[in-house]
Amino acid sequence: MNPIWVVAKKEISSFFDSLVAYVFLIVFLLICGIFTWLYGIFVQDIFIRGQADLMAFFINGALPAIGLFIPSITMGMIAKEYKSGTIELLLTKSVSNAQLVIGKFIACLLLIAIALTFTLPYLITIAQIGDLDLGRTLAGYFGLVLISAAYISLGLFASSLTADQVVAFVISLVMGICFFILFSLLSSNLQGISSEFFDFASFFSHYEPMVRGVIDTKDVIFFLSITFLGLLLTINQISKRR
Amino acid sequence: MDILIRNLSKHYGSQKAVDNISFEVKTGEVLGFLGPNGAGKTTTMKMITSYLTKGEGEILIGGKSFDQEDMRRHIGYLPEHNPLYLDMPVLEYLKFCASLQKVPKSLLDSQIKKMVRQCGLNQEKHKKIGELSKGYRQRVGLAQAMIHDPEILILDEPTTGLDPNQIVEIRALIRQLGKEKTVILSTHILPEVEATCDRILIINQGKIVANGTSDTLRKQASGNKLLKLRISGGSSNDIHAGLSALSTTKMVDIINAEENRFELQSSGQDSNEEVFKLCVKNNWVLLEMVPFETRLEDIFRDLTLN
Repeated sequence: MNPIWVVAKKEISSFFDSLVAYVFLIVFLLICGIFTWLYGIFVQDIFIRGQADLMAFFINGALPAIGLFIPSITMGMIAKEYKSGTIELLLTKSVSNAQLVIGKFIACLLLIAIALTFTLPYLITIAQIGDLDLGRTLAGYFGLVLISAAYISLGLFASSLTADQVVAFVISLVMGICFFILFSLLSSNLQGISSEFFDFASFFSHYEPMVRGVIDTKDVIFFLSITFLGLLLTINQISKRR
Repeated sequence: MDILIRNLSKHYGSQKAVDNISFEVKTGEVLGFLGPNGAGKTTTMKMITSYLTKGEGEILIGGKSFDQEDMRRHIGYLPEHNPLYLDMPVLEYLKFCASLQKVPKSLLDSQIKKMVRQCGLNQEKHKKIGELSKGYRQRVGLAQAMIHDPEILILDEPTTGLDPNQIVEIRALIRQLGKEKTVILSTHILPEVEATCDRILIINQGKIVANGTSDTLRKQASGNKLLKLRISGGSSNDIHAGLSALSTTKMVDIINAEENRFELQSSGQDSNEEVFKLCVKNNWVLLEMVPFETRLEDIFRDLTLN
């Protein structure tokens, strides 16, 4: 078996072995549910909106849920290995730094995919009520996976910076706040080139077209580049520690 | 697989952790790595396992320069504090380690079974590692190091935390493995080195201060053999003069004049026979003759205390 899969499998099974996993999943669904169905923060919730689409889920529910869920799963991924010294075990086995980081990345992405699968009842419910545009909805899910990949790689980088999980959590949360909220706010409050820069750096401005059903190669490449950069920084950080 | 280390150095900032050391370990040899705390033992071992990047110098394994992941498959490593995933069950952990070391699927189960048996883990194999006592954790650490049947074993203090029975078992296991593998082990326990190692390497402040079997180290350290004698039947001065006149004698000290106790250092050969003949000739009675062997502890102290 490829070492990447060995690492990914181990991470997933140890995630579900602990009680924390279920707490995380419940909190994820709770946040998703509240902001999708009961209380709209950015757009109106499904009932007030009165349209058969998942806009309320993609923008209100999923983003805050992912914003909390991802840092809480990535925080321990590398920091815990430093703290317990198990990093020494891993790095003296036949696995390269890159394989290790990619294995952990895949594990996190699969966990997000599992969490997102639990939101499929939303889709089914709405499809019963009205005429749901399936293509547009799937594009939204695709966007969610991309934005998660980018954020996971940043979370892993945060985790590789410190041996303290809480510090790693805070660092990735701060990065999340910047990329999800702050950059969009700055962009709308500034003018000219700085506004354009923050608009470009904001996750939201690349994600929002996908929610509307538009998959632009530019946006896909943006998320993939962030993912790649994050992973590269993480691998580099682990090598530097040796 | 032989390990050859040439002019290896490593700095931490301005501090030299390992300072230009060279040595060789052959297949079928157990090398004991001794030294006070902070001497550079662990750093050297970490460099051999490629966990730490090496400073200057060369590490050749099986004649080949160290090529990261590819070589790691030949090495089994038990790190100093034996880090483990405490929330993983023993069997699952061993399987994880075996898969990471690319043990073929067909051999996976038999290899895990073998390790469980060899390390005496059968009763605890379904428990989580966090529930095990320190001795059992140490066994799990040993099992994961050997799971892929590596040609080289690097064990950093393998017997810490084990009870005396387990220590004997693990030492026997290391000895047995050492017949066909290349083993480097570090320890603070001096009798352990004598019990398990073919050769001893003493390292102090990053430099090698002694290298050889425990016998050669003893010879190097004392150079001379020491006899403790007690002879009656003559005055202490006469006996002293007689002993001093022997051809093999280097030096004689009177330890206790009333009890006629002496300490005789001989140069080169043993003086036992000469002393006996001398006593017979002068009609003295030889009450005690105790050959005194330099202990490894003393050698260690001599070499590492500055």
